[in-house]
Parts: sequence; C-alpha cells; structure tokens
Amino acid sequence: MFGNMTGKDWLLFIGFTIVVLTAPIWLTPLGAAYPALMQKFCIFAIFAIGFNILFGLTGYLSFGHAAFLGVGSYAGVWMFKLFSMNVVISTVFALICSGLFALVIGYISLRRSGIYFSILTLAFAQMMYNVAYSVLTPITNGETGLQLSLSDPRHLDRALGVSESIGLPRTSFFGIDISGGGMPGFYFCAVLLIICFFLSIRIFRSPFGMMLRAIKSNQMRMKYTGFNPKPYLLAAFVISGLYAGLAGALMVATDPLAGAERMQWTASGEVVLMTILGGVGTLVGPVIGATLIKYFENIFSAFNENALNVTFSFLPADIRELIVELASLFVGEGWFLTLGLVFMIVVIFLPGGIMEGVGRIKALFSRKKTQDDAAQGSVVAAE
Amino acid sequence: MSKLNLSRRGLLKAGAATGVALGAPLHFVKGAYAQDQMSCNMPTGSDVVFGFNVPQSGPYADEGADELRAYQMAVEILNGEGDASAISSFSGASNLKGNGVLGKKVTYVTGDTQTKSDAARASAQKMIEDGGAIMITGGSSSGVAIAVQSLCQERGVIFMAALTHSNDTTGKDKKRYGFRHFFNAYMSGEALGSVLAEEYGKERTAYHLTADYTWGWTQEESIKNATEKQGWKTAQAVRTPLGAGDFSQYITPVLNSGADVLILNHYGKDMVNSLTQAVQFGLREKQVNGKDFQVVVPLFSELMAQGAGSAIKGILGTANWDWKLDNAGTKAFTQAFGKKYGQPPSQAAQTAFAQTILYADACERAGTFYAPEVIAALEGYEHDGLGNGPTLYRADDHQCFKDVLVVQGKDDPKDKFDLLEIRKIVARDQVTYDPSIFGGDLGPADAKQC
Amino acid sequence: MDAFLLQLLNGLDKGGAYALIALGLTLVFGTLGVVNFAHGALFMLGAFCAVVFNRLLNIETVTIDETQTTPWGTPMEIREPYVQSMLGDFGAFLVDYSVPISIIIAIPIMLLIGVIMERGLIRHFYNRPHADQILVTFGLAIVIQEIIKHFFGANPIPQGAPDAVNGSANIGAMLGLEGFISYPWWRLIYFLFSLLCIGGVFAFLQFTTYGMVVRAGMRDRETVGLLGIDIEKRFTVVFGIAAVVAGLAGVMYTPILPPDYHMGMDFLVLSFVVVVVGGMGSLAGAVLAGFLLGILQSFASMTEVKSILPGIDQIIIYLVAVAILLILPRGLMGRKGVMED
Repeated sequence: MFGNMTGKDWLLFIGFTIVVLTAPIWLTPLGAAYPALMQKFCIFAIFAIGFNILFGLTGYLSFGHAAFLGVGSYAGVWMFKLFSMNVVISTVFALICSGLFALVIGYISLRRSGIYFSILTLAFAQMMYNVAYSVLTPITNGETGLQLSLSDPRHLDRALGVSESIGLPRTSFFGIDISGGGMPGFYFCAVLLIICFFLSIRIFRSPFGMMLRAIKSNQMRMKYTGFNPKPYLLAAFVISGLYAGLAGALMVATDPLAGAERMQWTASGEVVLMTILGGVGTLVGPVIGATLIKYFENIFSAFNENALNVTFSFLPADIRELIVELASLFVGEGWFLTLGLVFMIVVIFLPGGIMEGVGRIKALFSRKKTQDDAAQGSVVAAE
Repeated sequence: MSKLNLSRRGLLKAGAATGVALGAPLHFVKGAYAQDQMSCNMPTGSDVVFGFNVPQSGPYADEGADELRAYQMAVEILNGEGDASAISSFSGASNLKGNGVLGKKVTYVTGDTQTKSDAARASAQKMIEDGGAIMITGGSSSGVAIAVQSLCQERGVIFMAALTHSNDTTGKDKKRYGFRHFFNAYMSGEALGSVLAEEYGKERTAYHLTADYTWGWTQEESIKNATEKQGWKTAQAVRTPLGAGDFSQYITPVLNSGADVLILNHYGKDMVNSLTQAVQFGLREKQVNGKDFQVVVPLFSELMAQGAGSAIKGILGTANWDWKLDNAGTKAFTQAFGKKYGQPPSQAAQTAFAQTILYADACERAGTFYAPEVIAALEGYEHDGLGNGPTLYRADDHQCFKDVLVVQGKDDPKDKFDLLEIRKIVARDQVTYDPSIFGGDLGPADAKQC
Repeated sequence: MDAFLLQLLNGLDKGGAYALIALGLTLVFGTLGVVNFAHGALFMLGAFCAVVFNRLLNIETVTIDETQTTPWGTPMEIREPYVQSMLGDFGAFLVDYSVPISIIIAIPIMLLIGVIMERGLIRHFYNRPHADQILVTFGLAIVIQEIIKHFFGANPIPQGAPDAVNGSANIGAMLGLEGFISYPWWRLIYFLFSLLCIGGVFAFLQFTTYGMVVRAGMRDRETVGLLGIDIEKRFTVVFGIAAVVAGLAGVMYTPILPPDYHMGMDFLVLSFVVVVVGGMGSLAGAVLAGFLLGILQSFASMTEVKSILPGIDQIIIYLVAVAILLILPRGLMGRKGVMED
C-alpha cells in the first residue's frame, strides 16, 4: 500500500525530525519554549496533518473532526481512571474508540458530497458536543470536564503495585512522567508527531494517496472506470479520525482533563483554518498552520500594557505611549483581531497558504542559495 | 461638551510596575535551590510573579476587564505605588508595608481564559511554566475555575478562584491549593429562601428554568431545597440548552403550569435573554392563583443587570458584594477604585482585589512563599475590612464565609451603576453549612517542584 | 391545545429569523457562488444599527460639577439628554420608536456595507475555491466582531420595543378561542415583518427585469454575460440586498435578543444548517427550512417530549438535518450539481 519515498522525501523527513526535536532551542527566543505550549504545537500539528489527509487529498471538507478528538480525550481519561496511568494503554484505547466513531460517522456522512457532507459531519459533531455537555454528564462530567480523582480505581496499577504518590498520580510512559509539565511530555508528543508525519508522507506517495487525489480531481471518471471510490474515502476518513483521536489522547496524556468544548464546531473550524492557513494538500503546511495559530493564541493573548511598556521601554515616553496604545489593540484582549486579520491577509495574498508564500520566496531566490532553514527549503522541494 | 457614549473601554493604564519576568532564568536556578522549603516557582530574585487568568475574549470579557483593573490596583498597592487607602480598614493592613510581598516586588503575567476550560488551562500552564507565577487567580465560570484549580493542585501553585458560584468548586471538586472568595449556590439559596418567603408568602409554586450544565443543576437544587423548606412547592424544573438565545419555547408553558413564580437559573447572556423574554411575555403582569406572578434570578451581576435593561426592575436575587454597601472597607475600596478608573467596581473586581490582598497578607503572615505554609496561613483565616464584613476562609473546604446580599433591581436607577439596591444583608451564620454535605477531598498540601 | 398553538407561534417566530438570515445567505450563494461566513456578522451589524441610533438619540450634554462628588469619589457629571430636550415630544417619540425607526437608517448603511464588502473583497473571490471564501469571510467576520467589541464591549445592550407594542396580545380572543392565550406583540410583528421581507425579495426577483436578470444569472452566469449584460454590477446589488435583509433581521430582533458583538457567530452555524437543509441555492427551500426547523425546535422543547427523549431539544436541529440530507440528497429543494464537488 505504501509507495516508495524519494530521496527528497527522506531529506524532508530528516529535516522535519531535526526541526521538531530541536524546538526547545529555537523556540526560546520566540518565548514559546515551555513544555505546555510545545506539547500543544505537536498535538495540533498531528490533528492538522490527519485532517489534511482527508481534506487535502480528497477535497472532502469535514466540519466535525473535533468530535473524534473529544472521543479520544474521553476514552483516554477513562483508561487513566479505570486501569492505569500508563499513556500507552490510554492512547491505544483512544485510537480504538475514535476509529470506531469515525467509521460510523464516516460511513453515513460519505453518502453525500460537497457541502452536504460538511454539514452532515458538522451536525454529528454538534450533537455529540451538546449531548456531552449536558445529558451525558455521568460519562463526560459535562461543563466541568472529566478529570482524575483520588478515589479512582486504577485497577491495573493497583494490581501491579505501582507505587502511589500522595495526591493525584501523573500519567507516565513506563515510569517516566508525561503530565506535570516536564520535557518528557514534549518529547513523547514530538516522537508521535514525527511518526505521524512519516506516515503522512507515505500515504501521500502511495497508490492509495494517488487514488484519493484522483477522487478529488474527478470522481465521475473514477466511477466510470469501474472504481468504487467509497472504500478509499472511508479509509481516508477513518485515518484522519484516528489522527484526531491520537491528538485527543495526547491532550489528556499531557494534561489529564477532557472537556466538551474541544468538540464544539469552533474547534473543528480551528483545524480547518490551521490547514488552509498553512497550505492545503502540502505535507508541512498543516504543521505550520497549527503552530502559528497556537502561538497566537498563547503568546499574543498574554501581552498586556505592562509588558508592552517594557518591550518599548527604549523609546521616548510620548512615542512609547502612542505605540503601546496602538499595539494593545492587537494583543491581549485584542488578539482575536490580529488572528482575523492574519487569515484575511494570508488568503488574499497567498491563496495556497503560507506554503505558497514559502514557495514564492524560494522561486525568487532560486538561483542563489538562501539562508532558508533546511526544513522549509526542502518542503518546497518535496511539494 | 457633548459626547457619544462610544468611549473606548478603560484599558489597563500603564502602572509604574515594571516587567514581566519571562521566566527563563528560573529554570536554571531551580536545581541549585533544591532544599526542603521549596515549592513551585518560589521567587529567587527580587521579584515575585502573580498570574491573572481572566476572560479577555468571549461573553465575559467585560467582567474580565474589570477583574484586571482590580488586580492592577492591588499590585500597585502592594508595591507601595498606589492609593493604599483602599486597604486602610483591612484587619491585616499592617502586614502589608508597601514594599512588595516579603520585600519582593510584585510583577504579574496575564492570560485569556476565553471562558473555556482548555484555553484557561493552557493559559495557566503558560503562567506556571513560562511566566514563573507563584499564584494564579481569576476566572469567570465554574467549569473554568474547577479545571484551573485541579491544574494548580497538580502543579503545586495556589489558586485563588474568582467568579465561580457552583457548589462543586469547594464541594465535590475542592482542592487543597484552591481558595474561593465568592459565595456559592447553596448560600444563594439559603439567603434568598427566607427573603422570598417574606416577600411573596409561603404559599407559592415555583417553576425553574435551568441552564443544562453542572452549575445550573447545583443552583436549581440549592434554590429548590431552600424554597421548599419555606413551604413552597415546585411545579416543574425544565433544563434549557446553554446559549439557547431565544427562550420562548421554554417560557410559554410556564403560565399554564399552575406556578406563580419563575426562577431563572441562568447566568450571563442566557440570563439576560431569558429574563428579557420572560418580561416580554408579560409574565410579571399576570395573576396566578390570585397572586401576582413573580420572576426570580438567584445570581445577579451588575454587568448582566445592565444587559437586561429595564427587565431587571423589581427582580430579586443575590450578590456577593455591592459597592453601595455601608461599611468602611467597601467605601475605601470604592473610592480608590473610582478615583483611578472613573467608575465603581463590580463584584468581580472586588473579589479579584480581595483575593490578591489576602494572598499577599498570607505570605507575610507565613513569612515565606512556601506553598504549604501559605495554605496553612489562609486556612481558617478570619479577617475583616475588605468590604464583606467579618470573613472566614474555612479550613475544611476552603470556602469563604461572609454575609450574603439579597438585592433587587431598582425601579428608578440614577445611572448605569445604580441598577441594584440592597434589600437585605443575610448574616454569615445563616448561610454557613456543614462542609461534609458536598463530599469531596481537599487532597494533600505537599510542595511540588514544578 | 393552547400549548400547541403557543409553540407553533414560537416556532414561526424563530423560523422567521432563521428564514431571513438563510435567505440572504442563499441569495449570495446562489447568484455569486460565494460561501459567506461573514453573513452572521451582517446580522449583528444590523442589530448594532439600532444600538447606534438609540445612542445618538441619547446623546447627553455632560457638565462636570467639581463641587459634588459621586459615591465612588469622582467629580459629579450632570447629564442632560440633548436631542430629546431639543426635540421635545418628538424626541420622546423617536426614543420610544427607536428600533423600528432605525430600519430607515439601517437600509442605506447595510446597503453601503454590502456594496463595500462585495467590491472590496468578495468580488476577488468569485473564482477562488470555496475553502478560500470560507476562510477570508470568516476572518472578516472576526475582524468586524472584534471592532464592535472594542467600541461596545462584550456585554449585551438592551433595546426596548415601543411602549405601545411592549405588552402581549390576547390572541385567544382574536382567534375566537376559549381561554386567555397571550403572545407578545413584538414577536407577532417580527413574524409579519419577516414574511414581508421574504415577500419583498421574492417579488423583486420575480416581477422586475432586474430580478429576472439576476435569476437568469443564478441559472447560467456565462450565457447572461455573453448577452452583454453587466452581470457583475447586478451581483453587487444582490450582495447589497442580502446585507440589507440580514441587517433588517438584526434590527428587528434586538428587542427579543439584546444584541452583543457575538450574536452573528451564534447564528452562523444554524443558518448554514438551514440553508443546506433547504437545498443549496434554493431561496424557497431556505425559507421553508427556516420555518420548519424553527417549529420543530419549539415542539422538541416541550416537557412532554423531553420527558420521553431527554436532551432532544439540544440536538433536534442537527438530527433533522441528518435525516433530511440522508433521505433527500440535495435538501428539501436543492438543485443537482450545486456545491457537490
């Protein structure tokens, strides 16, 4: 099922691996080198890569992918509560659950195409969100979110005599703490991101990937040539559902609380935005889009006038006041405005997302060797 | 001079307080100080960092902005740069010398909760891991407060929950590292129950419309118990989806249900909409069972009263605090806040202010930032003079006990800050309850190395 | 029976709002082929036309009296209503009827906003993929929403209906039924108003040559272009009309739902569901689906129904959408080949 990867693909993969693993170093000057945010970068990158396998290859725009992320999260926390704090068990179970949900919802939704498909997926996700928030509270703990408690049975851990700390236990990967804000949590997510990225290259280059692209370009012709596109579509849908489920499992592995909000339509919309912003159908685009949006959400929103004053303290007082006044429109409580403007600017000027911008810069300097970092350069080469 | 009322909302005016410690140095120093008396993010330099985690986007952004104003003011007072008269009548005022906390200058980091648990936790994680915050405070809903509180327990950072009214915050989900200054649904019920019986008589039948999530349920239960204790009957309790917008389909059945009181267990936009629409449907002009039909909103906030406009007139509810209270602490705080920002503080601002001051005071009394000892200093702490009258931070569940206000929408408000009037101050012992009724477990107070 | 009738009215009222929003959305989609995620923002901007008009009427002269202080310690501001005192009884009338009167200012403003939006932005996206359209209009919606939030805050702003129609109508007596069944006047007005708007749009498309060209353009844009008709210009007008319809729906909704900066987003998903259930590109379908979903939502909220199916009122809209789309591939009245690729 997997096709051969070219030398360029390997180069891309190796470059990507290096960039991800060295993130704690190069993110430091950007103020983003703390574990919680780097974990979010990885998790949402996985989510977006998976979404891109469906949307980028087949053109089917799902507006309900956050539902699978939510299912993965709930499944993960229940495993922590019932059996063991080991993240392997929770992740496997989350994958099974989200895969099953994706199979059922995908089977029904894929009976329609275009916007009708989008609305079907949206409807399923909204139903799941609404029910999880209210009626299903015994399972999901509703508004408060499903969390660990001291009285959880944790049958497997107890049976194996895993030593208990005072207070709530942390999730662990065979003894290494994953939750609790340490670097192991980041590396756990990072390794899974790299694996997911590798699989996505393999899918893109495989006959299966070609088939999905063919569906996107002309489904009619596929049908006339005797191919039934349904099984391929369903497979792509389930694969991307699994990616979402994995992202959900990692969210609770690094921070064991599952809330219903992560299934809301805005969360589904967010992954659409990440993918388009980065570049639909490109390998690295979704990763960049996810990172950028999470960076905005966490860094821009945390600026306040105080911090701005410090940033611009080198300026004379009058100019500083003016600049701080202006800048505070776009950071802190105004960070949403910046996000909206960025969407508009990117789509208006770079229809193919940020990856197109990278491509254009590359073309501009194609003769001379630029200082573009290895990963970005090779991305364009690959696509 | 005439002006359009479109003025830009008061933003944080740049104080003299300087920077945000972008915590990088802390990561390196930590190992060197690995001794017994270290807890998460204990300050090692000349600054101590507080984390103010408030909603800056989403429906409660205005509440969040008011909380931030109060936090800013508290920080300036602690650093000796602000108008210290605001805490002049606080019983612990002598502990706060205006030289920061324990001689360390207070700085702060801010974040946006978006009133979503995930975003709030992400923001709190940033404060702990990147900002080096030793204490986190803020919030606008119980879901957010409980989520952030459990994170803080895991990380060993003290959480001073601001706006959260659910019984669960200091009940089933209480945590050793979390303290709540706000009152809760149970206390609302106890305070409101007796006043409702006095006002509307004991022969009443109530119809509940309840926001269909945890907070709504706990409030419905608390109010139901309290009113039934007064002899009221409950006709029906109907759950409404969060953010329904149009509540007409839930309001029309009320009139034919035989109930003569409608109780709206809604908050925020839901409350504004359901109350506006209930009044529009003419419920308050109706006569049922020979009595005037009444509408009750158990939890009020000034900002929501502004949103509901004239519909709020005559409606009874409860509040944690009001700037019109007649006591020295309230007056001092209201004056200082008004001079600084040109408007009176909301109950959200007062809660935020009191919590920051109380945390600083606890550190001074403990003589350390070491979390377990600060917790011990806050537990069972009895104080006065911050505006709520004599106040106890109960050790058993970290719930704050103080007088609860029963307020009523004013018939003839002078301005938009004068929408509610205080009908009754229900004494603290009337709303005090046995901590065991809600269960839960505070957990240990062990220090964490974050 | 009473309960049934009241829920029917609730449903019609809700449906009126859904239909009006979905109508504009479908109009833009059907003619311009653009998926406009900023349509909810237009609804919200309409509502804020009413707010701004009300604020203008309530401009006050502010004199600062240094000798007195407010209870919170600032110098007392003495406010005198300016417009009202200048205009006397007429001023009081304006204030009372500010919501319906603001329709007059909302029409040109919304038309202008619509034209600017189409000329400045949407026009350049006619031939771009739907995904790009969604992203750019979603970005625009966020920007509009945040600007409104910056000036008006996040809190809802109450708008009263005129005193004369603030109460309830005794429709029981009107319909000759027994018993006292009352329903707010304003909601009845809103329902009639929505019918009027819908009728107006249909009449415009059906009975004017302008509308005929637009309808022809919806069917086959290229041919109409080949006939030498400046279809682009007509599209600008169509977008303007859609903006006006959304805006008016917003203006008249303010007494029912105090407007805030986020109300557009709250209606966005719902209105898309309505449009799709009605069938992409079908105006009649959008109207039909709007009323149908409004009524179903009302009945699903009845306690009798909820006691059998708890939580059904939370999901009914989506459940119906799934059912309809699975039974009727293109919604109630959709055409083949629209938005299916």
